[in-house]
Amino acid sequence: MSMMQYQPYETEDGRTIGNTLMEMKNITLRFGGVVAIKDISFDIREGEIRAIIGPNGAGKSSMLNVVSGFYNPQEGEVWFRGEKRPQMRPFEVARLGIARTFQNIALFDGMSVLDNIMTGRLNFMKSTFVDQAIWWGKAEREETANRQKAEEIIDFLEIQAIRKTPVGRLPYGLKKRVELARALVAEPKLLLLDEPMAGMNVEEKEDMSRFILDVNDEFGTTIALIEHDMGVVMDISDRVVVMDYGKKIGDGTPDEVRSNQEVIDAYLGVAHD
Amino acid sequence: MPDNLIFAMEVTLNGLMTGVMYALVALGFVLIYKASGIFNYSQGVMALFAAMTLVGIQEGRVPFSHLINAIFGTSLHNFAWNSVPALLAILLTVAVMVLFAWAVQKFVFGHLVGQEPIILFMATIGLAYFLEGMADLMWGSEIRTLDVGLPQGLNTVIDDTTYGWFGYGFFIDNLDIVASIVAALLVAGLVAFAQYTKQGRAMRAVADDHQAALSVGISLNFVWILVWSLAGFVALVAGIMWGSKSGVQFSLSLIALKALPVLMLGGFTSIPGAIVGGLIIGVGEALFEFAVGPMIGGATENWFAYVLALIFLVFRPQGLFGEKIIERV
Repeated sequence: MSMMQYQPYETEDGRTIGNTLMEMKNITLRFGGVVAIKDISFDIREGEIRAIIGPNGAGKSSMLNVVSGFYNPQEGEVWFRGEKRPQMRPFEVARLGIARTFQNIALFDGMSVLDNIMTGRLNFMKSTFVDQAIWWGKAEREETANRQKAEEIIDFLEIQAIRKTPVGRLPYGLKKRVELARALVAEPKLLLLDEPMAGMNVEEKEDMSRFILDVNDEFGTTIALIEHDMGVVMDISDRVVVMDYGKKIGDGTPDEVRSNQEVIDAYLGVAHD
Repeated sequence: MPDNLIFAMEVTLNGLMTGVMYALVALGFVLIYKASGIFNYSQGVMALFAAMTLVGIQEGRVPFSHLINAIFGTSLHNFAWNSVPALLAILLTVAVMVLFAWAVQKFVFGHLVGQEPIILFMATIGLAYFLEGMADLMWGSEIRTLDVGLPQGLNTVIDDTTYGWFGYGFFIDNLDIVASIVAALLVAGLVAFAQYTKQGRAMRAVADDHQAALSVGISLNFVWILVWSLAGFVALVAGIMWGSKSGVQFSLSLIALKALPVLMLGGFTSIPGAIVGGLIIGVGEALFEFAVGPMIGGATENWFAYVLALIFLVFRPQGLFGEKIIERV
């Protein structure tokens, strides 16, 4: 078995969507007797924005946690970049090039914005403790390169003004943006966003949507995101998976999904008469 | 200058030096608590174990010799060599402490991830007794003298200088001066490590948020072994200083009790706090004994630190440098 094969194509706005980057095959995840995810398969193509949507409790976050290694499914296979991924712990998945943000924001509150973002570069630091003690030059060059990347992302996400601010003091919307910056600075192959717009006002949502689109456009980053707000997601994603009660009820372009009767029923409820 | 003021100066200086020794023990607690939320009751025993291992290696003793002899009827006691150079012995002891750190993570705390703090604390109490027995089994329970070549006794330069100034020479122990310098270097080293190295940054990240640390590719397991190793190293330094001062014996592990008030003053999560807390306790108890002790029958050092800590608990429970505890309702 291998991954699904696709022909690359170019979107209307000039982005290239490539072959399969990640494929989830028949994933089933249980917590004791509760089935959180039931036999779900879908794939993510290189360069696309892929959304997983569904009502509250549909199993979206569980799915994201499977992708990022925080949960290990009882059944099914995870394929990434042409290879079957063995069971891995979250930090190992992160080192593969899968970065993520969290629904309830996981930042280092005691550190400044810049220090938070620099932690995303930890795995790019080659020099060891001994190197750093002896070869100041080499370690310093490395530090400068990492710092440059961090500054680039800071400029990109327009958070120059708060570089030195301790993260704990920032308002919610900015925290979300710092978290995105920390994930981005790791130059991920796949970027996972867990409800990036949850708890935001309309203006902040618009900002965040713009950043997601810009990231995908500018860096070509493949993005998988979860949302329960259908409106925003439909506007920015290339393909959408719809989940309900742990099952997949729809998969396709936003237009296909929007006209899917099962999806409409899940979101609007079914008339019983 | 009045005599009392001159004596008070000497007492203050000696108090500062003692405070540095307290701070050394408190540092080990802070390292582990900050990174993993574990209050390591066994820190004092780790200092004892490290000191005993150091002496054992230096003297070329066979570890577990009593046990081996009892089982096999042999009479092993010493290896053929009987004076390993101090530096080599220290390096070997560091290796033993790293091995200990790995074993603690692998066999104890690796299985207790996500447990309540009280359970982790209980585990460290168990660890303390286990380690004490282990030290006994490995190296025997005799009192030993530890000598790694640190200067000891009256510092004549300070004695002469102060005699020239005041007509009264201060008694400052060379060992205390060395301990202060070593403690300063140790703290500077730890701070530099935490600020500038990859591993140090990972350590700070884990101390702040586990989930976030995992998501940027940091192995919690690695960081925990690292902090236990560092705490083991700090325990070794404390063990060398206290062991050189008063011999290596089981009461050495009780110095941990003196670190508790230091932590309550300085805060459990602050390295500078451990130092300042140590100095305040050291100077405070020395001056209190000097000024108030004679009026109330002396021996106030035994309780002064704890009363001071109690007052702090009432008015500033997070300590001088600890993170303020704010509960949102």
